[in-house]
Amino acid sequence: MRLIEMRDVGFGYHGGAELLSNMTLTLQPGMFHFLTGPSGSGKTTLLRLCYADLLPTSGQMTAFGDDVRQLTRDGISDLRRRVGVVHQDTQFLDHLPVAENVALPLSVSGQAVDMAALRDLLGWVGLSQHARAMPPSLSGGERQRAALARAVILSPDLVLADEPTGNLDWDMSVRLMQLLIELNKSGKTVLVATHDLNLIRATKAQVAARVLRIANATLQLAGADL
Amino acid sequence: MRRTEFRALNLRALWQGLMRDGGSGDRIVPPTGFTAQLTLFSAGAMAFLAVFALALSLATGRLADRWAGELAGSVTVRVSASSAEQDARTQAAMQVLSTTPGAGQPRLLPPDEVAGLLTPWFGPDMPVDALPVPALIDLPIAGDDFDAEGLRLRLEAEAPGAVLDDHTEWRRPLVTAANRLRMLGVVSLLLIAAASASMITLAAKAALAANGQVIRVLRLIGARDITIATAFVRRFTKRAAVGATVGTLFGMAGIALLPGMDAAGGFLTGLGFQGWGWLLPLLIPVVAAAVGFLATRWAALKMLGAVR
Repeated sequence: MRLIEMRDVGFGYHGGAELLSNMTLTLQPGMFHFLTGPSGSGKTTLLRLCYADLLPTSGQMTAFGDDVRQLTRDGISDLRRRVGVVHQDTQFLDHLPVAENVALPLSVSGQAVDMAALRDLLGWVGLSQHARAMPPSLSGGERQRAALARAVILSPDLVLADEPTGNLDWDMSVRLMQLLIELNKSGKTVLVATHDLNLIRATKAQVAARVLRIANATLQLAGADL
Repeated sequence: MRRTEFRALNLRALWQGLMRDGGSGDRIVPPTGFTAQLTLFSAGAMAFLAVFALALSLATGRLADRWAGELAGSVTVRVSASSAEQDARTQAAMQVLSTTPGAGQPRLLPPDEVAGLLTPWFGPDMPVDALPVPALIDLPIAGDDFDAEGLRLRLEAEAPGAVLDDHTEWRRPLVTAANRLRMLGVVSLLLIAAASASMITLAAKAALAANGQVIRVLRLIGARDITIATAFVRRFTKRAAVGATVGTLFGMAGIALLPGMDAAGGFLTGLGFQGWGWLLPLLIPVVAAAVGFLATRWAALKMLGAVR
């Protein structure tokens, strides 16, 4: 089963020139992808296409077999429950403690929260001591790990991470990547957008990862330098 | 949001979400602070006014019915003649009235009763006996076959000086006025409901706008429109219901504490609620909750339609 399939997909904001064009991409179960490219090249835009926050302006795109253009609003919600996203700006509800923020996808999808599983998840990302903390009090690395915990609590088939290490030091970046590698080894498909080539090289030493690069508005397979 | 998607909403799920108390559904939206107080206050104030509008509407309705019933249930015959002929013409008129189909027993008003009718106009010490006051005969209408026009013609022929007054001239403007007052009461109730809906919609929109980022996050993590809308709808429906309940109770207390009007001449008799009518204002919080539910639901779904 193909999780995401794009064929000659193009996208331009507000009907303008295409930021991305003729992109063909298939995300299959268990794969690990990096998406790289200079700032403003369209990495975030490509990820937003994957969780239907944007719709292609040209080409064909399916998510879990469904044409994304035909999705109803509830269909988009269902898609987002199968795609965990670590956003660049780690969006939380600041009036809820970390544990409730992490459990939010369960709450809004009407599922009971298994407190033991929630504790395990917070322990996995190293936030057991911060369960009751409010999001604004967390450091950048803690916020990213909390965002990762929230992204995976519904056990999604696909995990997208948009510059998850952008504001982190090297040690914290490696720690976060380790969590993503663990997820991939448990069978999840992972797509990480980053411009940190050193991090890509360090990760590739541990997991078979494909590196995609956006250049000149098109998607290319990165060369041997990576 | 497209119209079809409005229709596709699961009302049963919305209702269940609305009735479920507490839980994470309420917590996903942060406290809205001042708008909460505004909604409570405006719902209370509107309910308070609605109680009086309802009381006015019911009272004027009863008044219209009573005036119509009392004035339509009898006619008055006025006999004017010189003092020498007064008794003879009165007896002739009584004779005609006694044999009128559909009429009850005619009653000649005694002098003291006539004087009582004139007292409000001339004062208590006026020597009514010295005035050329016509004899007044009250004739109850007992059957549907009563023919006022036919009786008028018979009186002209058989009892000169006797004039039939079927109260039509009195009755029409009084009943019209009472019915218009009743209509004004109903219009007031509708305006209060519309104003309440507007205020709750504004408050809900303000809360939704203030929580735009919260809504965006909830959509991104897979929350459906109905889940997000319900969090706001439940909150505003409860506020509208609680505020309206308090306002209604105060309004009912105000009506109950009105002084008795019987002693004031009867004109305002019946203002307020009577008997089972006291249960009617209790519908106001229910209507307020329904207005809050619909207004917030409309505002929430409209705004959610703009958030992908």
